[in-house]
Amino acid sequence: MREFYIWVSVFLCVLTLLNLYRAIYGPDTLTRIIAINAIGTKTVMILILIGLIYERLEMFIDIAIVYALLSFISTIIAAKYLERRKAIE
Amino acid sequence: MIHIVQNIIAIFFILAGLFFFTTSIIGLIRFPDFYCRMHATGKGDTLGTILLFAGFIVYEGVTLTSLKLLLIPVFIFLASPTVTHSIGKAAVNCCAKGWEKEKSKEEGASA
Repeated sequence: MREFYIWVSVFLCVLTLLNLYRAIYGPDTLTRIIAINAIGTKTVMILILIGLIYERLEMFIDIAIVYALLSFISTIIAAKYLERRKAIE
Repeated sequence: MIHIVQNIIAIFFILAGLFFFTTSIIGLIRFPDFYCRMHATGKGDTLGTILLFAGFIVYEGVTLTSLKLLLIPVFIFLASPTVTHSIGKAAVNCCAKGWEKEKSKEEGASA
């Protein structure tokens, strides 16, 4: 079962790289924010998988919860800033 | 014996979750404009997260950690639509334009 988790996390890393392509190339800042948000949820997945691989799930779950909260709040703040920036321009 | 059944169900859930993650990535890359991309990732990631965590919970069995494992998909189930909504509102107010089909020759000529 451990090898299966290792292969799943490698696959998720490849998906994150594809995501990174859209984050770098993305025509405007909004698609970049979406790509970063998607990378955030994938990181939560990879964190839990690493916890499962090392059999220390209790520690990694807390890190994943905190990371999910942070990535959610950062995306909301970025969206709020973008809205306000239009008013400033 | 019970472990084998547990593992098989967990593997099934995890593969289903991975499938939805790949569809959301393909949507993010292939779709023409901002709204379609947001549409793809917003839904694909949420469903992928729920399926993947269902697999982890089945693999873990009934313990305290599986209760905590239940916490994250519930939170992401609530948070991801909120994020997509706020980004969509920011896009509508601020800068993103919808995608229009390029005018083909006949329409161009007649319009």
